[in-house]
Amino acid sequence: MPSLESAAMTILVPAGAVHDSTDKCGLATLACEMMLRGCGPRSSREFITDLENLGVQRGESVGISHASFGAATLSKNLPAAIKIFADLLRRPHLPADQLDAGRLVVLQELSAIDDDPSHKVMLELKRHHYPDPWGRPSEGEKPAVESMTIDDVRAHYQHFFRPNGTIIGVAGRINWPALRDQIGELFADWKPIAAELPAAGATGKQLEHFPHESNQTQIGIAYPTVPYRHADYFRASGAVGVLSGGMSSRLFTEVREKRGLCYSVYASYHTQRERACVLCYAGSSSDRAQETLDVTLGELQRLANGIEAAELARLKARVKSSLIMQGESSAARSGAVARDWYHLGRPRTLEELGKLVDELTVESINEYLRANPPQNFTVVTLGPAALSVSA
Amino acid sequence: MPEFRTAELKNGLQIIAECSDDAYSTALGFFVNTGSRDETDEVSGVSHFLEHMVFKGTPQRNADDVNREFDEMGAHYNAFTNEENTVYYAAVLPEFQTPAVELLADIMRPALREDDFCTEKKVILEEIKMYEDQPPYGADEKCRAWFFGQHPLSKSVLGTADSVGQLRVDQMREYFARRYSPKNVVLAAAGKIDFDELCRTADQVCGRWEAIDSAREVLPAAPNIGFHLVHKESSVQEYGMLMSLGPAAVDADRYAAKLLATVLGDDSGSRLYWELVDPGHAEHCSLHHHDYIGAGMFLTYMSSDPEFAADNLHRIAKVYKDVESFGITQAELDQAKSKINSRVVLSSERPRGRLFTVGGNWIQRREYRSVRNDLDAVEAVSLAEIATVLKKYPLTQATTCVVGPLSELAH
Repeated sequence: MPSLESAAMTILVPAGAVHDSTDKCGLATLACEMMLRGCGPRSSREFITDLENLGVQRGESVGISHASFGAATLSKNLPAAIKIFADLLRRPHLPADQLDAGRLVVLQELSAIDDDPSHKVMLELKRHHYPDPWGRPSEGEKPAVESMTIDDVRAHYQHFFRPNGTIIGVAGRINWPALRDQIGELFADWKPIAAELPAAGATGKQLEHFPHESNQTQIGIAYPTVPYRHADYFRASGAVGVLSGGMSSRLFTEVREKRGLCYSVYASYHTQRERACVLCYAGSSSDRAQETLDVTLGELQRLANGIEAAELARLKARVKSSLIMQGESSAARSGAVARDWYHLGRPRTLEELGKLVDELTVESINEYLRANPPQNFTVVTLGPAALSVSA
Repeated sequence: MPEFRTAELKNGLQIIAECSDDAYSTALGFFVNTGSRDETDEVSGVSHFLEHMVFKGTPQRNADDVNREFDEMGAHYNAFTNEENTVYYAAVLPEFQTPAVELLADIMRPALREDDFCTEKKVILEEIKMYEDQPPYGADEKCRAWFFGQHPLSKSVLGTADSVGQLRVDQMREYFARRYSPKNVVLAAAGKIDFDELCRTADQVCGRWEAIDSAREVLPAAPNIGFHLVHKESSVQEYGMLMSLGPAAVDADRYAAKLLATVLGDDSGSRLYWELVDPGHAEHCSLHHHDYIGAGMFLTYMSSDPEFAADNLHRIAKVYKDVESFGITQAELDQAKSKINSRVVLSSERPRGRLFTVGGNWIQRREYRSVRNDLDAVEAVSLAEIATVLKKYPLTQATTCVVGPLSELAH
């Protein structure tokens, strides 16, 4: 990406919340927080100061499969930043005297979710829809986080931070031979560790309500679809784009524009490696929440009748411009490259993606929808009163 | 190197563009010099409501047409309203420059139909309810009202359920006619732009807009200092806001203010971060500088377990007292410069990012600043200038508003 001054990297380590045992929900997140508190020759403060002196914009998050570390900076500073991240991944101090502080950080983030009803409903939706432990909130649970010890944190690090399965995606203005050699020097002697993924257990209830004192009722709906690496992915995600992508999409038009039922309504594709679902959200005044749920579910079911040529044309235009604009951001590209490697074992070029989208037809999407109509909905609501789902 | 170009239509509409031949996309926006500070109490929230209505159609197009045509271009488009501007924008591939300008310009002369107004009012009321359910539960707007008192910057952008509920379409039409005069509008563009074509299109589609004088009265702010506790039983966390004066939009010391806010209250590695967030006393604590025409503001935002709230307010006060007494170090200033410079470069890579900077600079200051100009301005800030800002705008002279489950709080 020679037009850019920046370079960005996304590091995915297969140390996500799926490895948290039932009584230690949140351990992966606490371990990630503790890793930032000093590594290699650097104290907690030196770690952050050194990165900030390099102008590194960073972000960490723990998802179900991976702990992710993102960094973007001016390209000339990337090699120095990679060196610091190598210390983070391989030589964290995990200091016992900072465990209480790290724990408080995680506990306060949990409390913040309790004050964010739209976030909370979507976490509960994933927890109910996916088979345990694949839907667990990586943010954790208060009693578990309160009980964790520094030994738990260190054990998590020792079992799951490893080179096998770790992916470093880099994009932007980079010097590939130098980057490859540097990564080799910093990581080649890192020892692999075997780790198995947990099997998929039971799913939660298909209809669940959480009482909450609020003006609006939050509605979350999920239904199964194919994962990103499946041959039908582009047909399935194309259908979701018709539901929710741009303001002419069906959900926006039917739920917000025509009826004024809510400010925010959307559907999005959510994929893991082995399974995926479509996540839908709507937040509406409690007295109109039932109508909002009925109209939204109606639109999901109507999708099975097929999409129209004009809808597909708009979808293609939107995806094409998104792809080209992704090429304008090193951070966006590095994330996409790393995720592709995880799901497919290789990155897809923007040209390849464009070709796959061009090949979509109304007939191919409708054929997919006839065979795979949106169904088996999981519905989670949060608000003053429960809603009903008609058969 | 990007080239900056300007033009003006006969009716006063200004056209500005930062043209970069190597960009992949084109970002376009109409920046309207109107926002909540231009409203009276009777029409509180009308600027933001009008922003929604602009997408509901024109004499030539209904709302479906507007949304469909933007989506046919694959546009990434939206709008936002704040205290002093309303901005409509679209990022498209360069081949759609002309149709995107035509469509944006058309919706800038909306039909404002009554039935659309009634439907959209429901959406706005939902938006107000949504924010009432989320932290800080409207306390940010209350804090602003207390801080600015009678000054126009005290006005809420969203308005209230009452003010929006009672608003009539004729009031909105009157506001529109007065505020959306071409003299009050800038067409801005960034990225791969055919500027001559942009001017031709603008002349065709905006040239007949009627010019009306629509000056904004700019008064000095005389802020109120005080402490307010808002009881919100259902909240889990306690949220605190502190507002104090800062440099305004045209003040030369605004760069020093931004660097000071970074040193003291950036999301990571700042004094507040080390004092409150890293030890786990607060979930979040940050300081930002906001500049408006005629006044500026430093805003501190803190959220934490209610048990720690009083202690956290003392910690914040101590950080501010210390910095007012002893200033900051050169190492802190250098670190903040690195952070800001990196952010300026990264956020400028996309034409969309540049559009907001280029358009925002022009509508606020009638000034073009390249990325290089901003980097140089940041680089030039000295410790002495930071000291001047600290003296002129004491952070300890603030209005504090705390909202959450606590019914009393020592301060």
